Formats: sequence, structure tokens, C-alpha cells
Amino acid sequence: MRAVKAMVRQPAALFGLIVVALVVFLAVAAPLIAPYSPDEQMFDGLTLEGAPLPPSAQFLLGTDTLGRDLFSRLLYGARTSLVIGLVANGIAVAIGLLIGILSGYMRGIVGGALMRFTDLMMAFPALLLAIVLAALLRPSLWIVAMVIALVNWVQVARIVYTETRGLVERDFILAERSLGAGHGRILFHHILPHLVPTAIVWGTLGIATTVLLEATLSFLGIGVQPPTPSWGNIIFESQSYFQAAPWLVFIPGAVILLTALSFNLVGDALRDILDPTQRGRG
Amino acid sequence: MVFLLLRRLVQTALILLGVAVITFLLLYALPADPARMIAGRSATAQTVANIRRELGLDQPLLAQFWNYLQGLFQGDLGRSYAQKTDVGALIAARLPATLILMAAGIAVEVVLGVFLGVLAAVRRGGFVDRFVMMASFVGVSAPQFVAALLLLYVFAVTLAWFPMSGFGTPAHVVLPALTLGVLGAGWYARMVRSAMIDVLNQDYVRTARAKGLSSARIVFRHALPNALLPIIAMIGIDIGQFMSGVVVVEAVYGWPGIGQLAWQAIQQVDIPIIMGVTLVSALAIVLGNLIADILAPLVDPRIRAR
Repeated sequence: MRAVKAMVRQPAALFGLIVVALVVFLAVAAPLIAPYSPDEQMFDGLTLEGAPLPPSAQFLLGTDTLGRDLFSRLLYGARTSLVIGLVANGIAVAIGLLIGILSGYMRGIVGGALMRFTDLMMAFPALLLAIVLAALLRPSLWIVAMVIALVNWVQVARIVYTETRGLVERDFILAERSLGAGHGRILFHHILPHLVPTAIVWGTLGIATTVLLEATLSFLGIGVQPPTPSWGNIIFESQSYFQAAPWLVFIPGAVILLTALSFNLVGDALRDILDPTQRGRG
Repeated sequence: MVFLLLRRLVQTALILLGVAVITFLLLYALPADPARMIAGRSATAQTVANIRRELGLDQPLLAQFWNYLQGLFQGDLGRSYAQKTDVGALIAARLPATLILMAAGIAVEVVLGVFLGVLAAVRRGGFVDRFVMMASFVGVSAPQFVAALLLLYVFAVTLAWFPMSGFGTPAHVVLPALTLGVLGAGWYARMVRSAMIDVLNQDYVRTARAKGLSSARIVFRHALPNALLPIIAMIGIDIGQFMSGVVVVEAVYGWPGIGQLAWQAIQQVDIPIIMGVTLVSALAIVLGNLIADILAPLVDPRIRAR
């Protein structure tokens, strides 16, 4: 609640918060709001020559090359993007937390090996890896989410590692240990609670990265497969047509930008609010 | 210094080895079968088996991996399944195009970023300052392919100032380089801005002002060189990022670099090429960081002293 109040006072964060809330609302309420079915290929959705229609009163944002209503498809596409954003990024943050805490807390071979593995993953060309995996596996919504989670946990692990290392050295952990607390108690009662702000910040910022990555994979035709609408594959389906029907590319593009931007703004504001030492950095 | 460098080189080699191992295992664990891909849909089981034997895919995984590693240590990246040629030569032929694009993209980022960042720092709270803060967020939030299509639509389709796609003349470089550079420039500007603000608050800058030096001289001769350090680290990171990110931009602009090579190979399940490009990208990431670490003390004597 304190976080929300603090955010409302910054115009950029407030803007982000409103857009995020709006996107979530539109995605949840898509069946109630959408004027048409997202998959319905309408006869009057194309010109007599078979070209898509520009935005009009009947079709708010125009129609696509198959005569489907773009507005309805974008609404349902929001569901795809948000589901992937939450699932993929949730898994990524969970893996990052686990590996980061373990490598930061455990001395010796296990901790060292985990950190070397994270370093190794840092050197991995993430986008290329995601593209290779998504292309060679049979793409589906869940595969795309797994692929994204697999490449996105690394950054979280690095940050959690650094924070855990710092926490382990602190006096209250030493005190707790000398009182005879076990590893489980120290990890779950004393270290994990300190990492909650980091998890929240990366849980938010990561959704922006995930939405962008999903859109990129779908744009290459290896993400979410049509007819399931996703913001990326709407552009993929009409990219060869974009000179004649630019709205089919740039309206979904603007929606992706606005959504990613809002999650980034909210995440950044959360970082400032939850961790005052980070304020103004980078 | 020499010892440190040697250690980094050994680390680099180990990381590349690790990347090779993981990529190899991943590619062989995937359900895509290169032999079937080459043989085509209508091929008989016998043909597929022959191709598999020809490519050495019928050998045990460990034997295949050992062969690959042996080649790797001799600088041999293997032979492409589909094109029947040396992967090293294929990548070498495509690399210059990608390097040109990368250099042009980074140049756009640095020039725009330093210019906007200095302006924002000097006029804190002003229009440019607020613009830079917003632009840095928009830049990291914008999908690269949408930016690419937007630039194409405005400058190639509508205004027809630049060609739609292809390679060869300087005009071909402009739009892809802008796509790579403009999105990243905001973040560069933000870095320069915060570094400049730190520097401008230091005593020696106050001394320079007290001596009566002109603002321009203080900013460009005294403050800016000390604020450029974060830029070097960012260029190092960008070299790696671009190497693995060019697939999208090269696909949109039909740019004949290693991104396009990788994209074709992915569609043909041409594993040796995918392996090769992944290794080259990983090398770029590691080298980028290494170069930044080597350059930092050369540019800034304070780091050398540490």
C-alpha cells in the first residue's frame, strides 16, 4: 500500500501503473469487451478485392488480411502475452532466486560450481539460444514460456547471489548462527525475507523483457502459433502486407511498446521505493 | 597485469568450452532430426539411415562430441549439413557484414548517447533531461522488429530515401544501424548523464569554474573524459548483445550477416552452423567484456592505481 501511494506521486510511475491495470483488465474482460470473435473471418471484413479494412466505426482498429477484427484479436492477444509474462517470468525469478541463494549461501564446491554455471550462462547468446530452442521444439504457448524462462533467470541469479553474499556476512546472521539456528531457518526466516524486494522488482521488470521476447519469437513465426492470437504473431501474419496496411503492424507494435514500457516504469519505481540505496543509479 | 590477462584468457577458453558442451547437448536432445530434414518428407527409411551414417549421426553421442571437440581445438567448426561446406568459411564470409552493422550501430549509440547525455547533465531538470529519462525507458521497451519496420515504412516506403533491404552501398547501412543504435542510445545517454552529474559536482570542476574557464571548455575538456568510463563498459556489453541480437534486424533488412546465416540454418536444422554461430556469439560476448576490462585502466589511471 505504501508502495502504491509512493508511486502515485510520480507521474511516470502513475502512467505505468494505469496502463498495466488497463492491460490486465482488458485481458481478463476480453470476452465481454471484444466486439467480434477473434477468429471469425468476416465477409464484410475485407474489401471487394480482398484487402484488409483500415480502422473505421465498424472495425475500431481495422481488420487483418483474413478479415478478422484487429481490436478483438489484440484483446485476446493480451491474454497470451500476460499469461506468458506471468508464467515464464515467474519461473525465471524462482530459478534465479534458488540458484542465487544457494550459490551465495553455500561455500565450497557446490556454491562455486553454481556460480560458474551462472557465469557460463551470462556468456550465452540469450536471444539466439531462445530462437534456436523455440524453432527446433514444436512451438506452443507453454514451450515458448519455458524457453523464455530458461534464458531469463540468469540476471536474477546474479543479483540474488550478490545480495545473499552481503547478507551472510552481516552480524544478525552471525548472531543467529551462534544461537544455534540451522541452515533452513537462516535461509527461510532471515535471508529470503530480505530478498523479497528484489524478487518483486525483477518480477515486474522481467515481465517487460518477457513480453518483448515473446513478441520477437512470435514475429519470427516460432512463438505462439496462429490462430491463437499473440501480439507478435499478429505482426508476423501481416508483415508482408505492411506497406499496404501499416495499421496491422504499427497498432500491435504500439501496444507491445506501451505494455513493456509500463512494466518497466512500474518496476523501476518499485526499485526506488523498496530499495532506497539503489535510488538514482543507472 | 600480464598474469591477470592470462587468467582471463584461460577463463575465456573455459567458458567457450562450456558453451560448446551445453549447445551440443541441447541440440542433440531436441526432437528435430537433421537427417530426415535433409532427406525430405518422401524419403525412405533406408535413405534417411544412409544420410545419418554419412553425417556420423549414427555414432554414440560421446563419440560425436569427442570428434567435434577435436575439430574445435584445431579450429575446425565442422561441415554444414545442407551446404556441404566448411562452417568456419561460411561464418568468415558472413562476419564482415555483421561487424559493419555492429560498428555502425554502436557509433549511432555513442554519438547520440554522449550528445544527449551531456546536454541532459548540463541542463538538469530541463527538457532534454526529461526527454533522456523517458527515451531510455522507451528504448529498452520497444521491440526491435517494430522499430525496424517503422523505419522501413517511413524512410524506405514513404520517403524512399533509403533502400528497403540489401547490402553493398553506404545507404544500405543507414536504416539497420539506426534500428540498432537509436533504441540503445537512450540508455547510453542516461549513463553519460549520471556520470557527468557526478563529475560536474567534483572539486576540480569547481576550481576550473573559479579560474574563469568557459563552460564549454569545462564540460568537454575537463568533465567529459572522466565521464566516459561507463560508456566503455557498455560498448563491451553491446558487442556481445548485438552479436546475438542481429538475427531479427538482419531478417527484416535482408542483411547478409551471420544472423541471417543462423536463421537459415535453424530452419534447416543445420546443426554445425547453429553450433558455429552460437560459439562465435559467445566469443563476442566474452571478448566484449574482456576488451572493456582491458580498456578501462588504459583510459582511467585511477583504476590502474588500484
